[in-house]
Amino acid sequence: MAALEILGLEKTYTVGFWRKTKKIGLKPFHLEVQAGEVFGFLGPNGAGKTTTLKLLMGLTFPTAGSARILGRDWRDPAIRARIGFLPEQPYFYDYLTPTELLDYYGTLSGVSAADRRIRIPKLLERVGLAEHARVQLRKFSKGMLQRVGIAQAVLHEPEVVFLDEPMSGLDPVGRREVREFIQALNQEGKTVFFSTHILADAQALCHRVSVLNRGELRGVGVVAELLGKARKQFDVIWEGAAVIPKVEAIGVSCHVAGDTIRATVEEAKLQDVLNIVRGPNARLVSVNPVGGSLEEFFLERVAQTAEVRR
Amino acid sequence: MTRRVGAVAFNTFREAVRDRVLYNLILFALLLVACAPLISEISVGVQRVLLINLSLTAISIFGTVISIFVGISLVSKEIERKTLYPVLARPVGRGEFIVGKYFGLAGTLAVNTLAMTVGFYLVLFLIMRNVTAADTNVLIAVYFLLLQFLVVIGLALLFSSFSSPLLSALFTLALFVAGSFAQDLRGFAGSAHGVARWFSWSASYIVPNVDRLNVITRVAHDEKISAALVGYNTVYALLYSCVAVSGAMLIFSRRNLK
Repeated sequence: MAALEILGLEKTYTVGFWRKTKKIGLKPFHLEVQAGEVFGFLGPNGAGKTTTLKLLMGLTFPTAGSARILGRDWRDPAIRARIGFLPEQPYFYDYLTPTELLDYYGTLSGVSAADRRIRIPKLLERVGLAEHARVQLRKFSKGMLQRVGIAQAVLHEPEVVFLDEPMSGLDPVGRREVREFIQALNQEGKTVFFSTHILADAQALCHRVSVLNRGELRGVGVVAELLGKARKQFDVIWEGAAVIPKVEAIGVSCHVAGDTIRATVEEAKLQDVLNIVRGPNARLVSVNPVGGSLEEFFLERVAQTAEVRR
Repeated sequence: MTRRVGAVAFNTFREAVRDRVLYNLILFALLLVACAPLISEISVGVQRVLLINLSLTAISIFGTVISIFVGISLVSKEIERKTLYPVLARPVGRGEFIVGKYFGLAGTLAVNTLAMTVGFYLVLFLIMRNVTAADTNVLIAVYFLLLQFLVVIGLALLFSSFSSPLLSALFTLALFVAGSFAQDLRGFAGSAHGVARWFSWSASYIVPNVDRLNVITRVAHDEKISAALVGYNTVYALLYSCVAVSGAMLIFSRRNLK
């Protein structure tokens, strides 16, 4: 069953003093997200990701097209109780404490008072804010606000969760926590649709991704397939400049930085290079896979748009 | 629906309280304390008149200023700060949001006005050493002031649903001032001719007739306020507010949020 169907959603803005100039925000596109999927909505800044999410949340109105969420019209108010939403760079009522804020949102989502009393402390514990439950949000850091944002998005136990740039502005620890949270949501059976321009996050979390650029959907791909197609390369780092000629002799170029040497090696030549750097006069430091076709897929799609425009 | 409107209203009330909107009560108290020695110097007959005029005018000014300046930010602040997004992404209609905001500020003003009224009666008792049955007439003037606030909040919400806070404040204030001369406009319409007559007659019915809601001087002089006027003003203020809030709901329901 499709959790989300976007059916030709389109957004055109009128700009200028007389509102006669048209600016395309989103070209009509179709997209289907299956229930239980983690779907990455990729695109560079200004691609139209937030516009799409705002259209789906009913915050702005489309010029044309429609959408269905969990099989129902996206404008149906009843569907809003079954979806969760985290806006980009969320800002909440800073005069409230997280407990008060979640209680307010819970009431609006139709969660009973008894359920709110049970769920709110548990949720705050889960996002690591239990100690700050009675502190006003105006004293919170950006990372803490993001956690509050995630808590409010799942408080009413929605079936589909929409997250707009959930990792933006977070430090590495915060990003890892949000990743784990998204994975946990998915394990609970929820569909997660999240926008990002950070490919590593999409690669780590998503079943499928789509690329949006300049308001145009450029492609949809299955992450596992894209990674399978990868032209595998590895970064090999070692110490010992004496073996450089041997490595270069098999067609691999080396980059020297102080005492260490780095070479990017095709999978076919990896074993030969490793045999050399594991031998005398060298010490192997590390071997890491590089690149990955998700990045290639993204860059290719973004470049296509640029070419079409030229 | 009632629960959602109630939740938005309660949150609006809580915001006003935590943003120290009710601190105006301190100003009101200071005003009465500062004027008390002056009032006690005046002859006994005038003391009461002066105190009623002073207190009710202060209630009117404080309440109107709060109605306009908090009213215009009810929607615009939520849009500007994007606090509205997680609210409207829930099963909350835009109309419900507007109505909740309206009742939230109306509740704040009711509490504010009640506190000031209690303060007024306290000072009246301290100066006059008794409160007579005639003094309860003041409650009708206070009730009319509350009706006036309901109308002004409705207008502030209406304007803030489509324009900037600055313009909303200007429009609301302009209509309020024009409404203070609504009776004069009607009088002028009666004596004018042609377009001027039509224009002033129309304007007198479009602007809120807050002139009719002001009975401060009359109650200060123990003039009886008829039940008919109470009924008329109640129906008028509620209808006017309903129209303004409905307009705000209609406009806001079609607005694209940035």
